[in-house]
Amino acid sequence: MTEVPRLPVSGGCRNTPILKQRGQREVFCGLTGIIWLHRKMQDAFFLVIGSRTCAHLLQSAAGVMIFAEPRFATAILEETDLAGLADAQDELDKVVGELLARRTDIKQLFLVGSCPSEVIKLDLSRAAERMTQKYAPSVRVLSYSGSGIETTFTQGEDACLAAMVPVLPETDTRQLLLVGALPDVVEEQALSLLGAMGIGPIKVLPAPRADSGLGIGPNTVFALTQPFLGDTHAALERRGASHLAAPFPFGEEGTTAWLRTIADAFGVDPATFERVTQAPRARARKAIAQASEVLRGKSVFFFPDSQLEIPLARFLTRECGMDAVEISAPFIHKGIVGPDLDLLAEGPTLSEGQDVDLQLDRCRAARPDLSVCGLGLANPLEAEGLATKWAIELVFSSVHFYEQAGDLAGLFSRPLRRRDLLSVDAPSLCPKNSGGEAQPRGQSPEGAVS
Amino acid sequence: MKLTVWTYEGPPHVGAMRVATGMTGLHYVLHAPQGDTYADLLFTMIERRDHRPPVTYTTFQARDLGSDTADLFKTALEDAYARFKPQALIVGASCTAELIQDDPGGMAETMDIPVPVIPLELPSYQRKENFGADETFFQIVRALAKPMARTAQITCNLIGPTALGFRHRDDITEITTLLSDMGISVNVVAPMTASPADIARLGAAHFNVLMYPETAETAARWMARELDQPFTKTVPIGVGATRDFVAEVAGITGLAPYLDESRLRLPWYSKSVDSTYLTGKRVFLFGDGTHVAAAARVARDEMGFDVVGLGCYNREMARPIRALAKDFGVEPVITDDYLEVERVIEALQPEMILGTQMERHIGKRLGIPCAVISAPVHVQDFPARYSPQMGMEGANVLFDTWVHPLVMGLEEHLLHMFRDDFEFHDAAGPSHHGGHAPKPQAEQGGQPPAPAARPPEFAGKMKEQSAASLVWLQEAERELKKIPFFVRGKARRNTEVFAADRGVAEISVETLYEAKAHYAR
Repeated sequence: MTEVPRLPVSGGCRNTPILKQRGQREVFCGLTGIIWLHRKMQDAFFLVIGSRTCAHLLQSAAGVMIFAEPRFATAILEETDLAGLADAQDELDKVVGELLARRTDIKQLFLVGSCPSEVIKLDLSRAAERMTQKYAPSVRVLSYSGSGIETTFTQGEDACLAAMVPVLPETDTRQLLLVGALPDVVEEQALSLLGAMGIGPIKVLPAPRADSGLGIGPNTVFALTQPFLGDTHAALERRGASHLAAPFPFGEEGTTAWLRTIADAFGVDPATFERVTQAPRARARKAIAQASEVLRGKSVFFFPDSQLEIPLARFLTRECGMDAVEISAPFIHKGIVGPDLDLLAEGPTLSEGQDVDLQLDRCRAARPDLSVCGLGLANPLEAEGLATKWAIELVFSSVHFYEQAGDLAGLFSRPLRRRDLLSVDAPSLCPKNSGGEAQPRGQSPEGAVS
Repeated sequence: MKLTVWTYEGPPHVGAMRVATGMTGLHYVLHAPQGDTYADLLFTMIERRDHRPPVTYTTFQARDLGSDTADLFKTALEDAYARFKPQALIVGASCTAELIQDDPGGMAETMDIPVPVIPLELPSYQRKENFGADETFFQIVRALAKPMARTAQITCNLIGPTALGFRHRDDITEITTLLSDMGISVNVVAPMTASPADIARLGAAHFNVLMYPETAETAARWMARELDQPFTKTVPIGVGATRDFVAEVAGITGLAPYLDESRLRLPWYSKSVDSTYLTGKRVFLFGDGTHVAAAARVARDEMGFDVVGLGCYNREMARPIRALAKDFGVEPVITDDYLEVERVIEALQPEMILGTQMERHIGKRLGIPCAVISAPVHVQDFPARYSPQMGMEGANVLFDTWVHPLVMGLEEHLLHMFRDDFEFHDAAGPSHHGGHAPKPQAEQGGQPPAPAARPPEFAGKMKEQSAASLVWLQEAERELKKIPFFVRGKARRNTEVFAADRGVAEISVETLYEAKAHYAR
């Protein structure tokens, strides 16, 4: 019999006061989502209307460059575009015309707004409407903002999916919709588990192709697979669909709770649920137990990055035996992560947004065993002797559901195992080479210049 | 509006960051939205820096626009000064902040910051990364460097190295040693390693070594004018250029030229018989102007290659690169359009590319070996070992790096002799690159969530067009396939040019061998 997750005796974190500081936020903008979205939607092209900075971000964000001709590009605004806005719309028509003529395989084109395009108030939704009329029915043109003044990292995916919802056809079919871009192999696992319980039809958003026949309506119930889809959640509810709030499917417990919420909504009997989930649950528990051995009793500190922080903290504290010191997320949407907060024992600081310098001070004071942070902070923290896990890998890797639960724990344990394995420091012979410069940057003893 | 897939240079504020991050005791307050903080990872990940770049971003959001972005900047500047206590600050705007016109320089002036605050004007919608670095370094030098008494001993400054530079770290060591051998010590290396206090004493040196014109030429010219310091014009990459550099330094200082060549191996390695197979290898060069110009000379004079094309992505160097191309009798390629570079390479079918990481990927796609000679940088361009480009050791490094991707001498013959051997087949690739078989497909990096069908490429079309009027007869096509893969592209191209020149529309086995005889060397 599957047990219901035990709630923390102290009460969960849902009502814990949230620390909000305002200062430098060390996070990506929403454009970054294009890196995985363009692989997921195979007939879509993402055209960023922005600056050279946007193009540079896209090619640097993944940490590697993807050198096939990608299905994304930047229309770089130039001095002439900034002078008059009428020109910018004409220029955009020209660029899109060239692009679609060359890439006849494109069925969905996203015009993606950036910081500069928003500051000059370039109306991309108008452009998208105009272009949809022009290129219908072969190409659908949509727009959304991935700008850093509006969106943080994974919110780019949210904005993209939310933009797709209003144009989906209406349907009255009773159906389950899974929302969030997942690696194909993971998505198939979810579909097969739910299918084995007799749940169907099941649709996914985003679909791999525009012509997948996805419709939406009041008989659609949806479950989110990613915790950063607040706007998409709202857009789906506006179309009459109803949300199944559940802990996110990370780890054995999270996956079971997520599946159970859906199973209950579709009237799956307990025996069927047990039959379908028993074997993978046992496998997941075993894999987690192995991978989390070095994590037990260790402390973890989350910098805000992908918005996966709260569900992951729930997984690490409840299933891997870690202690959370601080859990911060760019935004905390309680309608979405509430069930995870309920399961998270009180104790850690919850924070929303960031003042990176103050947060680094807290992290240094706490000296956690593991810090989960962005790529800009990882090496500097390692140099201070703090083990880190880069958050971006959590968005790019297969980490959801039972079969990946062990891998997910492994992503966190690897940095700690590596520290145990390495024997490269020779402090007695070479005190200055212990992993960083002794003198902090910017505090040169030579004093000020006249 | 310009459609861009990949870019060779970042925006100008990234150039400013390269200067700031290379220096110590300097802090950069950048008026920018939150997404611009991605630039930190260039330094912490690609260059593996163990400190955050000394940059504070204001990270304004949409709700701040029109209300208090200016206050946000002031607070950020105050906080940054209080926390980091730098000797000097630079302040500026990224592309988005440039549009909201808050004037960071003007605001900073009204505040009581007790150290020099240097405003930067970097036009994001016109210029790029190298300009940003060059201009930033110039503004810092102009603000802080003063005429002063020269050091008693002959000294120089090494100028141009920055964070995220292509082998700058090791070039500094190599050139410092080379100058020391001549009896010249280094006064200041800047921007990399220098503090604002060091910049203030640039004037004590007798002359400047301009290592990378891309990032320090404006400052070098200013110091020549205002501090009366001559600067070197030769970039010492390659044997000949290093010897010329020593002669130039001797001319400036009046010291006797001296160059320790005891560790120099390139000349003998190039003369040794194994290198015979390098003769006339057709190479295409692309990168920043400085590295391309230096590499072109090494390729022709020191490796015995045939330079079939060259170009640069930084327009600031267009004039010297055009002149160089004329000297080499080739068409210059001055562009920052990656796809255009790919088209040129595809049309030229060189046997080797000396380029950037971008060309390395073009080479992978087209099956052409490539060695990297220039930024933009990749984590591979920061090797753990000592690996300079300049000076005597730099020349040795160039020899090794450029020969490594090629099929070695005798292996080339073996491939001819046993072309149907199960190990010596087209896809096996050079045997010393263990286990890797060059795939004709592009490398797909970044662990994408879903494998996607390979999109159609521009490059393929180009080939179709150029060969459209020519027909390869079946027999000839079969014969062409017998030619080893690493020379097949050249054979195809030569034959087509030969046929086109003679108005031959159909290529037979005969044509193939006539062309071979024609191009025999």
